Amino acid sequence: MFNFFKRHKSAESAKERLQLVLIHDRINLSPAELEALKDDLIETISRHVVIDPQAVRIAMEHEGRSQRLVADIPIQGVGRRKRGKAK
Amino acid sequence: MKAQVVTISSGKGGVGKTTATANLAVALAAAGSKVVCIDGDIGLRNLDVVMGLENRIVYDIVDVIEGRCRLKQAMIRDKRLPELYLIPAAQTRDKQSVSASDMVRVVHDLRKEADWILIDSPAGIERGFKNAVAPADRVIVVTNPEVSAVRDADRVIGILEAEEKGTPSLIINRLNPSLVRQNDMLSAEDVLDLLAVKLIGIVPEDENVIVGTNRGNPVALEPKSKAGQAFRNIARRLQGEEVPFLDLEAGNGFWSRWLGRK
Repeated sequence: MFNFFKRHKSAESAKERLQLVLIHDRINLSPAELEALKDDLIETISRHVVIDPQAVRIAMEHEGRSQRLVADIPIQGVGRRKRGKAK
Repeated sequence: MKAQVVTISSGKGGVGKTTATANLAVALAAAGSKVVCIDGDIGLRNLDVVMGLENRIVYDIVDVIEGRCRLKQAMIRDKRLPELYLIPAAQTRDKQSVSASDMVRVVHDLRKEADWILIDSPAGIERGFKNAVAPADRVIVVTNPEVSAVRDADRVIGILEAEEKGTPSLIINRLNPSLVRQNDMLSAEDVLDLLAVKLIGIVPEDENVIVGTNRGNPVALEPKSKAGQAFRNIARRLQGEEVPFLDLEAGNGFWSRWLGRK
């Protein structure tokens, strides 16, 4: 019964899997490379404002055939992070 | 005459490029156009057998390029349609014997001889593909509703856009309407969603294609074949006619209504 149900949805898994594969093919970045990009982004932004690295969301969106990298980076607190040690 | 040059491509092999080329050529010629098709798959020629013209080959495209014959000598006249010609690929050579500028030159000389020039591209994205695409005014990408064919089609579409060949139009070939209804095959709508290009036709899976290929008779000449009908419709769309996407093409009434609205 469970198997029957699963089989019925193979078109859906084909579509979901393709959606992911095509995103990475088009931007020529593997999932691991995208993760590295996210880490770099967090590091850079953390130098200027306080953010919670766990809350950062990076997504690829597309409109037609053009791709867009969308980052959602909630900023913590109000104040700026203390600028450097000198002063 | 000033021909329109259309290259049929796909990335993945075995999705039906050659079948599509043969059928579009036959359908356009049956509708009264003068058509020359070129087999771009040097070393692995097949358009000749699919069209049933394998016994008439004397010269091929490499003979033309290397000056061993005139263009007209390499144009094999079809046995059914007087205004349909094939320029076969060389079988004993490889893709290195042709360059993109050779193809552009041959096609340029051919333009005044025909209304339509259809080029059957080899699979892959290497030299043979680039040669086949170089002289094209427009490109048609053929895919099947399955993961590997869609993925490869996406690569080819990306390359064509990057090379400023414009966005190609898409043929979804070998769609099985009952599998789509069972949700066990990507629908035409799914494939279009993924690839985001303009659709020019949906060809249903049809046993007549295999029978026709066995005999060297493209199904576009079979009045009763569903795939034949689909190819005839694509030929009409190529000529600029607005032809509604039939239910038999998609196997699903919702789809054709949805598309009609677009």
